[in-house]
Amino acid sequence: MTAEVTAKLEVQDLSLKFADKTVLQHVNLRIPQHKITAFIGPSGCGKSSLLRSFNRMNELLEDTVTTGKVLLDGQNIYHSAVEVAELRRRVGIVFQKPNPFPHSVYENVAFGLRLQGIKQTRQLDELVESALRKAALWEEVRDRLHESAVNLSGGQQQRLVIARAIAIEPEVLLLDEPASALDPISTLKIEELMYDLKQHYTLVIVTHNMQQAARVSDYTAFLNMGQLIEFDETNKMFTDPSQRATEDYITGRFG
Amino acid sequence: MDKLNLSKHISSQFNEEIEQVRNHVMAMGGLIERQLFDALEAIANSDSELAQQVIQNDLKVNDWELQIDQECTRIIAKRQPAASDLRLIMAILKTIADLERIGDETRRIAKVALESFNSAQQDLLVNLGRHVGQMLHDVLDAFARMDVEAALTVHKEDKKVDREYESITRQLMTYMIEDPRSIPKIMNVLWSARSLERIGDRCKNLSEYIIFFVKGKVVRHSSEEMLEKEARS
Repeated sequence: MTAEVTAKLEVQDLSLKFADKTVLQHVNLRIPQHKITAFIGPSGCGKSSLLRSFNRMNELLEDTVTTGKVLLDGQNIYHSAVEVAELRRRVGIVFQKPNPFPHSVYENVAFGLRLQGIKQTRQLDELVESALRKAALWEEVRDRLHESAVNLSGGQQQRLVIARAIAIEPEVLLLDEPASALDPISTLKIEELMYDLKQHYTLVIVTHNMQQAARVSDYTAFLNMGQLIEFDETNKMFTDPSQRATEDYITGRFG
Repeated sequence: MDKLNLSKHISSQFNEEIEQVRNHVMAMGGLIERQLFDALEAIANSDSELAQQVIQNDLKVNDWELQIDQECTRIIAKRQPAASDLRLIMAILKTIADLERIGDETRRIAKVALESFNSAQQDLLVNLGRHVGQMLHDVLDAFARMDVEAALTVHKEDKKVDREYESITRQLMTYMIEDPRSIPKIMNVLWSARSLERIGDRCKNLSEYIIFFVKGKVVRHSSEEMLEKEARS
């Protein structure tokens, strides 16, 4: 990584164990601010676990042992004084399957805002609209804000979930296979949305789809068996990777 | 440009990348057009300073080729272009290879221009050079608009350039027979004429890449009639 890029997240010697199973081994990585970083690697390589370590989601599972540090703007998020709820507000996450609440489109986005204590209808209206616009969904749902979110298409639901995540103004947005349940056109819309969002947020995406990583990301990290094998600019990774293992994986020669 | 649908991808970044690489090809083409014009001026005015400048500027042409080459490689690696997008990238890669060779021929002409010629010799080269320069201008224009008809016109023009070159060769041979002492100098004129004729051939190649992009037909090595038929199909 070039020196002038600011790291939003810095992973220092991070290891993770679920019971007896080692999931991540001594990972060191700097996630650049206002860029899209993609994690690629075979199933079980630890890419989702690494992503989830950025807002301490792994702790929700029992018998998890995390060692090492993850610095968000230089502060270790695993420090005992860190409030996890506040951390998760700053570091939002979107999952593979769209998971809207079974409420109206409007309420889905307003939910987090109300939790933050915003009560005024006018302010809520504005923030909901702004989040839906940022998520490139406003034009499609402006006339059906009070219909159930469950009636939206899969691609729309996923953009709604992203709108919900960005309504509370996180600094980092984690996306765990955000498009793998979507058709190719909805996938491209989500990718285009990510490209727009990086002006304001730092994005980290886990994807099984290498071409997706190539298309959307600025930086790519390749993981295998819990280890970070290579991390570089996506342009470099997909034209001239330094490691043989990366070359084999992205050219389909793996294993 | 929209009729080509190049800017209609859902990914605006892909649109920008394609737009950028096309603009760079135009910039490279514009530079080479200027180079050819200057090389001919250098011959016409026995301007060795201008000739030196053309030789120097060929490095910029080479830089463009490397840069555009890299841009195309990235698009292939990251975007997996298909159909017309793929043909565009293939056409651009071939186009810049030919443009770079036109740059090399132009540099050769500029080197010869460091010597002085009599006005009859100058006229021969400048006239052929203007003809070829017009072809280059027209084919770059056709590329910008991806205009098949304009490309066909350039393609046909190459025959005329070939005939002009043959006639120049005959004239120069006559001079050489008449005055053997002039042979070294006339050989240089002949080499330059040859370079110009080669530029014409490469412009013809460029027009074939335009037809390939628009029509999806490979028209290299086909007869003139076949080519016209495919281009207008």
